[in-house]
Amino acid sequence: MSEPSLLEVAERVVGWASDGCDVEAYAARESETEVRAYQGEVESLTSATSVGIGVRVVRSGRQGFAYAAALDEQTLRQTFDEALDNARFGSVDEHAGVAEPDGVEPVPLDLYRSELLEFPSEDKVSLALELERVALAADPRVTGVETAEYADTVYEGAVATSRGIAAQSCETGCYLVAYTLAADGDETQTGFGFSVGRSPDELAPEKAGKDAAERATRLLGATKPSTCRLTVVLDPYVTAQLLSIVGATLSGDAVLKGRSLFAQRIDDAVAAESLTLTDDATDPEAFTASAIDAEGLATRRVPLISDGVLRAFLYDSYTARRAGVSSTGSAVRGGFKGTPSVGAHALRLKPGRRSQAEIVAGIDDGFLVQGVSGLQSGVNAVSGDFSAGAEGLRIRRGETAEPIREVTIASTIQRLLMDVTEVGSDLEWLPMSAAGVSLAVADVTMSGA
Amino acid sequence: MLDAEIVNRTLAAAMRTGADFAEIFAEDKSSTSAFLDDGRVEEVVTGRDRGVGIRVVTGDTTGFAHTADISEAGLASAAAAASAAARQGGGGTRAVEVSALQAPRRLEVRIPPEEVSKDRKVALLTAADAAARGSGAAITQVSARYGDGRRRLLVADSEGLFTSDDQVRTLFSVSCVATGDTGMQTGRESAGRTAGFEMFDLYDVEEMARRAARRALTKLTARPAPSGTMPVVVGPGGGGVLFHEACGHGLEADLVAKSASVFAGRIGEKVAAEMVTLVDDGTMAGEWGHYGIDDEGRPAARNVLISDGVLTDYMWDRLRARKEGRPSSGNGRRQSYQHLPMVRMTNTFIEAGDTEPADIVADTDHGVYVAQLGGGQVNTATGDFVFGMTEAYLIENGRITSPIREGNLIGNGPEVLTRIDALGDDFAMGSPGTCGKDGQGVPVGDGTPTLRVAALTVGGTAA
Repeated sequence: MSEPSLLEVAERVVGWASDGCDVEAYAARESETEVRAYQGEVESLTSATSVGIGVRVVRSGRQGFAYAAALDEQTLRQTFDEALDNARFGSVDEHAGVAEPDGVEPVPLDLYRSELLEFPSEDKVSLALELERVALAADPRVTGVETAEYADTVYEGAVATSRGIAAQSCETGCYLVAYTLAADGDETQTGFGFSVGRSPDELAPEKAGKDAAERATRLLGATKPSTCRLTVVLDPYVTAQLLSIVGATLSGDAVLKGRSLFAQRIDDAVAAESLTLTDDATDPEAFTASAIDAEGLATRRVPLISDGVLRAFLYDSYTARRAGVSSTGSAVRGGFKGTPSVGAHALRLKPGRRSQAEIVAGIDDGFLVQGVSGLQSGVNAVSGDFSAGAEGLRIRRGETAEPIREVTIASTIQRLLMDVTEVGSDLEWLPMSAAGVSLAVADVTMSGA
Repeated sequence: MLDAEIVNRTLAAAMRTGADFAEIFAEDKSSTSAFLDDGRVEEVVTGRDRGVGIRVVTGDTTGFAHTADISEAGLASAAAAASAAARQGGGGTRAVEVSALQAPRRLEVRIPPEEVSKDRKVALLTAADAAARGSGAAITQVSARYGDGRRRLLVADSEGLFTSDDQVRTLFSVSCVATGDTGMQTGRESAGRTAGFEMFDLYDVEEMARRAARRALTKLTARPAPSGTMPVVVGPGGGGVLFHEACGHGLEADLVAKSASVFAGRIGEKVAAEMVTLVDDGTMAGEWGHYGIDDEGRPAARNVLISDGVLTDYMWDRLRARKEGRPSSGNGRRQSYQHLPMVRMTNTFIEAGDTEPADIVADTDHGVYVAQLGGGQVNTATGDFVFGMTEAYLIENGRITSPIREGNLIGNGPEVLTRIDALGDDFAMGSPGTCGKDGQGVPVGDGTPTLRVAALTVGGTAA
């Protein structure tokens, strides 16, 4: 193709920087396909490619940013000029700046599968239709499939800075997801199942469909128990959601700005001894694996909590400069429309030795939490207050018993981490920035009737 | 943005494979935002996003393609992709002729944000920062955000529709952290209008900042929220989000059609206490969920969903309405030209009753008073919901007493509707919201008067 590469585009914009002015350009291109099946037909098929550029300018300690969803010469120029103009209005910050090379070599990761590009549309349609069929056939109580979807993306990104950063990456990804409805008499429940991969041959429609049916049917007949305190066992998917919140409290930005409940707690015991938490985007198994971070620095393994002791926070280059430490390669960004910020890439707990079933067998009265809702509203990452809607199965005398719904579980993040009694052996990577694993936590309030 | 000739040719190309319907949605969006945190204006951001989404419907199948290339060639290629996606059917060309473009009934904007200097926008942030910090030594952190956006759109379809709109929105928010013996607590205040910079004639950012600070400071002395089932009184404007989430979504025709709603098949039935009237109204000028036309070109409308406790209608987009042979209710919305439209709410609210608000509290022996609800989540198929409480107090012996710390409210939408037993005469709209559905976010408003739900589960840590 005669089109310039994204890195050439980014470097070209950076080249416009004048003396005393630092520039970062981030260019991205994404192609996506999405197929939805409904009642044995294609409900919708979307295909599109989008491109965009985000330009950050730092001049005399002041930062400005502009973006545009096009890469033609005129747009690039306008976006650069806008960013330069916007920099006039920021406050002076001696630590403001763009990333510069730190000598850490990116770990080679192969996240691109050309098979995805060659996969025909008809086969994408077949996968979505098959997913719907499997989910419907899995259980007679499944009454409908609200959504059965196949989607894929091919992503390319490049970032360059006037301080010598020049990095690019490309990756492919695809997934299947189904949302099912199940009914028994007047009662309706919902469930979801998914499968993710880098190319379609890694997708498992059978498992995704059956999971969606299982999640919808297992709660049929669920009741609301009375309020009590008990031991909860979090399903891997629930643990991963909890870890994402814990990750936010360990961001260097939250620490520097006095918003982290773990500030000044380095080397303190902040969790049970069985808990070891790392953030590691270099793990190729992680769905969110990435060799470079959003500022173009190499990602690396960051040990956050070791045997219950807090060891480190996450930093991008700005927060690192401000804190007087090195970047941990933890810059993230939500596409070309935003500036980089600090965030976890791929959180993971060190797995324990026992399976979920073995953990449950040791609990006399407990609650196996299979789903939570309202985490965004019910968890305050600043104060640590934690309250979430929950559903799942009661645990009685070492066995899973009747389904439970419409209860909340409440505690604080600080107490949850300290009250962990066991980490399961069932580590699994999920389509989010954290891996799942079963987690047993003692003494949690379950509010019901 | 596009002239009629090009629109006609593109629509004809999109219909070439024998489609039933084709539509062009063009959008040109520009925005400015500024963010202050930790005492510094961290950045001023401007953005531009422009493109076209082409939708082709054949039978029950929708093909969709979007492009940022708005040249005729770019449109033709997107039209070809969309019609290929909707394939099926045989050949046969169908000429399309759209009517003359109706001039946009431009929403009244007195001070277009693009005519206001960035300096003035940034000055709002520093004023808010100073006011919040001046509210008490315990305020240890403040962040504030200003944002404005102008969204020009044009919709043309194979049935001859050719219309446009020009939507301007302005938003301001302040968040504070207060630190005390009990740790850190947060408080937030936000306001948003479908209007220009004149919004700040209505909203004093310093007063907003002081209110956010007061919320955080109050929570330092708060007790843990109780847990269990009890009466819950929701203050004016504080609880509309609950009805948006727990009832509104279930009244969206696309979810109803897939039986993913507890309200499916219940038109004409009593679904709420007799005093309850629930309305979705996109015509409320200035409100955050207001617009001239929806993203399918239909005029915004006032739709009564529940009237005196009886379910009267659902909300409709074009696709669902067409299947039922009825008009759209003006609720077809999309996040951007890169998204397919679907049924979405606008400004959703419960109409005022006639009870004195103070009497509602006085009449409640023991329970919780929620001044401001936080975000929430709902399962539309079951109606089960969870909401955070960002400002709440205990009610003891008919009086509002101690502040309580964040906990969740959990319940079931349809049940809550039947359990409303008091409505105040003090209607107010709540904070501007972004409603998420299927990965698409759109601006929405909500409102309620003071109201009481006879029994609701509060999930706090106090056993």
